[in-house]
Formats: sequence, C-alpha cells, structure tokens
Amino acid sequence: MNARERLARFLRTDPRDVGCDEAMAVLHVYADLVAHDAGAATERYPGVAAHLAACGPCREDLTGLLAALSGDV
Amino acid sequence: MERVAGLDDESAEWLRLLDPSAADHRAGLDRLHERLLRIARAEVRRRTARIVGPEVDDLAHQAAADAMLAILAKRDTFRGESRFTTWAYRFVILEVSSKLGRHFWRNPPAPLDDEQWERLPDRLGVDPHEHAEARHLAEVVRAAVDETLTEHQRSVFVEVVLHGLPLDALCARDGVTRSAVYKTVFDARRKIRAALVANGYLDPSVRQEESS
Repeated sequence: MNARERLARFLRTDPRDVGCDEAMAVLHVYADLVAHDAGAATERYPGVAAHLAACGPCREDLTGLLAALSGDV
Repeated sequence: MERVAGLDDESAEWLRLLDPSAADHRAGLDRLHERLLRIARAEVRRRTARIVGPEVDDLAHQAAADAMLAILAKRDTFRGESRFTTWAYRFVILEVSSKLGRHFWRNPPAPLDDEQWERLPDRLGVDPHEHAEARHLAEVVRAAVDETLTEHQRSVFVEVVLHGLPLDALCARDGVTRSAVYKTVFDARRKIRAALVANGYLDPSVRQEESS
C-alpha cells in the first residue's frame, strides 16, 4: 500500500458509524453475539461494527470483554 | 426481584444472589467481586506493559470496586439482552479503560514543543523509503488542516494523530467523553478528506466506506 492509499484509509469515515456512546451501550449484547457468531453481530449491528472497525479504544474494550468471557482470565 | 423473562439459569442465579434479601447475598457479592478483580488484573496486563507490580493490583482493585458499585446501582436495568456476566463484565472493562487513561498522566511522555508534521507519514505507517511522497503527504494534510479545521478540531487532531496521545488519556486530562473526542477526530478526518479530494490529491471515485 502506497502513501496515498494509507492516507485514504486513515481518512475513511463510515456514515454507518454510530459513535462510542451507542457502541458501548450495546457492547455486552454485541459481545455475546460475537462469541457465538461474529457474522450475526455485524448483521444485527452494522453501525456498531463500523464503529469498532474505526475506533481503537472501543475495539480494545470489546477485545477485553471477549477475553473475560472466554474464561482465560 | 422479579425474574426477567427468557433469562438463562446462570443469569437468573446471579440476579437472585445480588438481591439483598437473599440469604447468601454476601457470598454472591464476594463471588462477583472476585471475578471482577481477576478480570481487571488480566485486562490491565493485557493492555499495557508500562504498569507493573503493585500498581497493577492497585488499579485492578479500584476498577473492580467501582464496577461493583455500578453493577449494584444498575442491576435493575439489566434486561436480559445478554448473559448477566457479559453485562456485568462490561463495567469492569470500561473502568479499566478509564483508569488507564488517568494513569497515563502519572508518567507522561516528554511534551512535544511543536506539531512535528514530519511524523505524520510514520504515524500512518507509510514506508520510510517513500521519502518524497511522505513529505508531500505531510504538506498537503497540514494545508488541509490549516484551511478546513476549527481551532478545537486542529488541537485534538494534532494531539491524537500527530502526537499519538491515547483517546482515554485526553478524556481524563480534559474531562470530556471518549465519544466527544472520537467525534472531533471523525469530523476532522471527513473534512480533511473532502479538502484533499477537492484539490485532486485523493481519488474522489472511491466511496468512503469502500476505501479499505
């Protein structure tokens, strides 16, 4: 990927992105769906999936929650 | 407490334990706190290697205690949309995020005196061998920032994107929500992209959601 492509990717904003508050409000529901079927989570909550793809801190929260659910901690 | 319709047995058992009238309520609280503490410790360790030793435990204890308070205060709002444990663990995960944001300022990196736009290509992962294009990229983005962003958008963009300040650290310092900071950077990205499409630097035919 060249410099312009990297910049274009960085500047990409998805109009479906619901933002942090709405994503965090349903994070528990989303995490349970992901734990069973990631595709179902994206299908039911496309705006949350779009947000998690773009927001590193919220994605970290989901990763942490899934780790807690996995029983590995 | 009235049972939430359609609840799985484990979640129903947690709600029963957290009802103050339950004979084994105290044991239930201890059991939940033990789980929250274990998750908080693991989460601190997973997220950062900068915190070690007793500080991990201090931060984990604070996160578990605050999560416990939130769970007890809000347990009546649990609607059974997820397992109870998933709902409850979310509180401790979010507490760890918030506390790590505050902890960042105990040992912050040296402040940067200027905006250092030459860092931008590196922050975007541009190949160091693309010297000329990287320099040009930094120049056109800086021009778009100067021309299109408000002073607030510019300040947040520089701190988050150029200086790499974690969103939660910025929230802790400025007393704002993560959502507010994210929205500011989101709007800044959108405006910068529009400016770069308008001046021909970026291809306008690539729709936003298809450009990955």
